[in-house]
Amino acid sequence: MTGTEIARDRKAAVSVRALSKTFGQGEYAITALDSVELDILENEFFTLLGPSGCGKTTLLRLIAGFELPTNGSISLQGQDITDKPPHRRPINTVFQNYALFPHMTVAENIGFGLRMLGKPTAEIKQTTERMLALVQLEAMAGRRTDQLSGGQQQRVALARALAPAPKVLLLDEPLAALDLKLRKSMQIELKSLQAETGITFVFVTHDQEEALTMSDRIAVMKSGKILQIGTPRDIYDRPTHRFVADFIGDINILEGTVEHTDGDLATVRLKDGTRVSAHLGPASARSGDVSVAIRPENVRLASAGETPTLTGVLENIVYFGAATNLHLRLGTGEEIVIRNPGAVDEGRYQPGATIGAVMQPELIRVLE
Amino acid sequence: MSGREHQSALAAAIDQNRRNERVTRAWLLAPALTIILAISILPLGITVVYSFLTPGTYGGVTWEFSTDSYVQFLFQRDIFDDTLVFNSAYVSIFLRSIGLALGATLGALILGFPTAYFIATKPREQRNIWLFLITLPFWTNLLIRTYAMLLIIRDEGIINIMLMKASIISSPLTILYTDTAVFIGLIYSFLPFMVLPIYASLEKLDFSLVEAGYDLYANRLKVLFHVIVPLAKPGIVAGCILVFIPGLGAYITPELLGGGKKLMIGNMIAMQFGASRNWPFGSAAALILMALVILVLLVNVLAARRGASGNG
Repeated sequence: MTGTEIARDRKAAVSVRALSKTFGQGEYAITALDSVELDILENEFFTLLGPSGCGKTTLLRLIAGFELPTNGSISLQGQDITDKPPHRRPINTVFQNYALFPHMTVAENIGFGLRMLGKPTAEIKQTTERMLALVQLEAMAGRRTDQLSGGQQQRVALARALAPAPKVLLLDEPLAALDLKLRKSMQIELKSLQAETGITFVFVTHDQEEALTMSDRIAVMKSGKILQIGTPRDIYDRPTHRFVADFIGDINILEGTVEHTDGDLATVRLKDGTRVSAHLGPASARSGDVSVAIRPENVRLASAGETPTLTGVLENIVYFGAATNLHLRLGTGEEIVIRNPGAVDEGRYQPGATIGAVMQPELIRVLE
Repeated sequence: MSGREHQSALAAAIDQNRRNERVTRAWLLAPALTIILAISILPLGITVVYSFLTPGTYGGVTWEFSTDSYVQFLFQRDIFDDTLVFNSAYVSIFLRSIGLALGATLGALILGFPTAYFIATKPREQRNIWLFLITLPFWTNLLIRTYAMLLIIRDEGIINIMLMKASIISSPLTILYTDTAVFIGLIYSFLPFMVLPIYASLEKLDFSLVEAGYDLYANRLKVLFHVIVPLAKPGIVAGCILVFIPGLGAYITPELLGGGKKLMIGNMIAMQFGASRNWPFGSAAALILMALVILVLLVNVLAARRGASGNG
């Protein structure tokens, strides 16, 4: 199922239209967001992915209401919230540094939102207890936040943001400060928490692996623009831009010229004269010079007697347990990487050897 | 050398080393201790001693033990039958002073907190300029500044002239030589002492906490009282102490702006060493003032300790 298909059968929780944000004025103006269009669906785990400075945090802060847009609108479940201050938006944020109130206990932190909403004491107490149980911190209720470990603080921040039962939960790189092992377990925990609560999560990260593991859909951003929106598989298997292909996972990119097209298939002549058939994206060029991309795991070593797609000189062999990467220098000077599951026969594959590679034709993409 | 001998030699060396350290420490501390002794403990001792003596006819003291000074603070001795009658004159001066100092503290807090917040939320490179402006009045003597204030608030002063030109009032407001004048003067004199510690607290404040407050449905006022003020509390407490204590003992401000008519403790004490020629009573009043200040600080320390243990 592609991103567009999902979009058709579910309602939008957050709709962003022609949203722009410029910081500063005149010649010092910096455009952080440039006419962004986005629909985040109900109950979705949506990730904004991109390198630092791509505008993902700005987009999140605009949805939260901490910044006002220069142009465009934001609506929540069909209601325009563009000019509403943060305290009037049923949206909560988990901050990157957690931003827990140091003058309150864990329980007081979690109950803060409900207290500000003027909920009855009994309800606050009950919800706080439920939230403490949800994040497994019942024993820590009376502790001060600086007496907690990073992972525990992270959970308090989550419980605090979830307690008022927001329509949308925003998470600004919440796992960035945790060590790898804790990060992995929190990824799974977050994902199951989202399923359990049914709240729409908007997650910001620069970690492509994190985005692929957790998200229902991902928007890949660069320089204030969204390049591609889709499911993790869309993004990984069918990247539309060179930047997306390059940013997520490893990719081989080869230059070529389109000879002719047939539906969404194109015959591309690579620089060394080899013809390959490649899938066209919705906005790919249908003629002229193009870049084609294929993941290293979709290129394999040619077996004996098989006609290779490409041949090249083996330059490097990098073994990392589950797989081995073989770096091949082609006659055109371009490099491709073959990811071979497991180890390779070191006697046969020596640096300097000329070897053949076979590209799986259905997994070659023409980039935009 | 045997192991045992070696060990005892080592122990002796360490001992010697420690002794040397102690001597060095004593010498290094000596100048500071001398100064503290000379300018703080010694005068305080003299004050304590004087407060228990009998006043001399032309000022000074006669060396005769008496607790009269302390009695005089609360009671008046009847001239004829020597009975003690409660006298509220001095107590009321103390209460007036406390009231004025508290009022000035509150006024300085109301003006100082927004000022400190304003500076703390400016870009880092601009903050120093603002802080410089806040401390600028300190470059001029307090006496001169108080005279300047006198010129501003007197009947023919800028405030009255402007208000009359604007036809807001028809006759000048009498501010000078009233409690209001003393109150304004105290706030003006001690405002920087309020702004600086609060600024120091607010500068350390993580503004993502303010955002977290807004995010969790607190409006501006609620964020102020539930997030910003509690986190700036150490600065607010320090600022209040720094304004209240010197305000309580203020001398120049009530003398000039209050016209000497409205006495504060400071003026009353000064008077005992001047016109009244009652040094022991002046000493006693100074010590009572000090006891009051210590009491305020003690309450603060105890409250802080209770707060800390309550959270921990």
